[in-house]
Amino acid sequence: MWKYVLKRVALAIFTIFIIIAITFFVMNAIPGGPFQTEKAPDPAVQKMLMQRYNLDKPLWEQFFIYLGNIFHGDFGISLKNGREISTIIGESFRISAEIGGIAIVVALIPGLIFGSLAALMRNRWEDRLIMFSSTVFVAVPSFVLATILLLIFSLKLKLIPVWTVDNPNYLLPIIALALYPMSYITRLTKSSMLDALGQDYVRTARAKGVSETRIIFKHALRNALIPVITYLGPMTAYIITGSLVVETVFTIGGLGTKFVSSINNRDYPLIMATTIFLAVLLVFLTLLSDLVYKLVDPKINFE
Amino acid sequence: MQMDLSKFSPASDEEKQQITQMRESTTFFKDGMRKLRKDPLAMISIAVLLLIVLTIFIAPVIVPYDYQEMIAVDGVRDRTAKNLPPFTYSENEQAAIKSGEKIFPHIFGTDQLSRDYFIRVVYGTRVSLTVGVFASIIVLIIGLIYGSVSGYFGGKVDLILMRIVDIIYALPDLLMIILLSVVLDSTLSRALEGTALANIGTNMLSIFIVFGLLYWVSMARLVRGQILSIKENEYILAAKALGAKSGRIIRKHILPNCISVIIISTALQIPAAIFTESFLSFVGLGVQAPMPSLGSLASAAREGLQSYPYKLLFPALTICLIVLSFNLLGDGLRDAFDPKLRR
Repeated sequence: MWKYVLKRVALAIFTIFIIIAITFFVMNAIPGGPFQTEKAPDPAVQKMLMQRYNLDKPLWEQFFIYLGNIFHGDFGISLKNGREISTIIGESFRISAEIGGIAIVVALIPGLIFGSLAALMRNRWEDRLIMFSSTVFVAVPSFVLATILLLIFSLKLKLIPVWTVDNPNYLLPIIALALYPMSYITRLTKSSMLDALGQDYVRTARAKGVSETRIIFKHALRNALIPVITYLGPMTAYIITGSLVVETVFTIGGLGTKFVSSINNRDYPLIMATTIFLAVLLVFLTLLSDLVYKLVDPKINFE
Repeated sequence: MQMDLSKFSPASDEEKQQITQMRESTTFFKDGMRKLRKDPLAMISIAVLLLIVLTIFIAPVIVPYDYQEMIAVDGVRDRTAKNLPPFTYSENEQAAIKSGEKIFPHIFGTDQLSRDYFIRVVYGTRVSLTVGVFASIIVLIIGLIYGSVSGYFGGKVDLILMRIVDIIYALPDLLMIILLSVVLDSTLSRALEGTALANIGTNMLSIFIVFGLLYWVSMARLVRGQILSIKENEYILAAKALGAKSGRIIRKHILPNCISVIIISTALQIPAAIFTESFLSFVGLGVQAPMPSLGSLASAAREGLQSYPYKLLFPALTICLIVLSFNLLGDGLRDAFDPKLRR
């Protein structure tokens, strides 16, 4: 089994390397370079700037210098306000991580509960209601949902205050982020639960007189969980990208808004750094969920 | 072995009448389509989608406004026509109507630059649907070729191709799109000025490029998996034993099983592409203004959200409707073409 783990970790590291490489070379393909301003500075000053930022070296060297810097946590300086990017990311990610983390939990637990409920109450009104709402919610993009929630609850009904740094209210952003994954998990759980309940070992257990509750919790649920675990990776991806939008709509000062504004400002070092950071996070979490899945599924044999 | 040849003689007429026909024999497709026709949700979805497609073709002919045309009365730009609610006329327009002119109603009202909102939503839907369908076709073609090569040849070829797929699969798609959009915007915008592509902008190109580069992997995996599993089936072996040529096997057995999976996957890929496009437009990386997109309309609606909530509702509802219809259609297709769900 450890051979498998090593293989996956090696693949993940290789992927991260490729991501950093792609980001770096793609960003540097932009003509003009980072010091392009309306007034071209004095050639001597320019030469000094290039030297200081290693821009006069060949691109390969620059790449490895950048790579080395990243390992020391140095992502460079934001073009917009000159602050250290690592500080910017550190500050804003705390907020985004909180929201994202809670959203994952909010998506998982109710999703599993609703899905199992729908499977157990099959074809009764609970099932129909749950499946209807989850089908509808899966079709609503996060930014639409976020804007509508903001409109109804914050602006029209004035029930929930708008987010500020001193008065952070996470209820609406979390709902906006979690609703899509929750609906997806509900549908997934229901079908895998139905699958598990139709298996022969469940029939055997029932014939042996095992109580229904025990069957559900001890046998069916465990197997029904497995497809959900494979969904954890894509779900994290969704929450990361969804946070870009949700944070913008609710004006939350997290990493998402920083990223969006850096795109609009063409703040290339920050764009690069955030892309790499988010991508690494994603690869890491996907790797984790893949390993957990391989551990949990008894039917998988290791290559 | 002793055989009684009299048992193999052709059936007489009375023996033929003894056969009770349970079901007419039918091909796989006819059976699937029949099941699909009986699924009410799928039929409604098809109807809704056809309605939307019809609207986007007919509306520009009927509605006399252009998506970037600012309302003008008697040739003068009408400054009172900003942010009109649905079905109302501005003061200048009302005056013109009183003096006998006929003015087409603003079905969805106008936006902050006095442009008719209905036609903008229609054009936005056009963009979203076009991007969704074309991106899915690109994904389909690349994924199909790649997956069938990998699945059919097997062995080392399969191994190498699938390793490449693994790496590409691990790349975060949206981040790559954003990256590429930012770069292409700076580099290509000058090159494209004046061509037909300038209308849709570099961002759309980058979406297509990234879709072509990244999104085909799940389709490839699907196709390959299908081919691999079908190759192992006993009916293939039986067909070979009966003397069927490879061409016939591929045509009659492998391909029909693949096609249903491919259609379903494509039907579900289209709303995903539309999602991605509207997301990017919302963030500002979609089609260039003034060409509208459902995402950018929703984003622009945020400004006057409290006073003009309808400006958000129309594009948002349209996106949801399209995506919901495609999802239900995909679900219906999957249920209809699932060979295990015999009635």
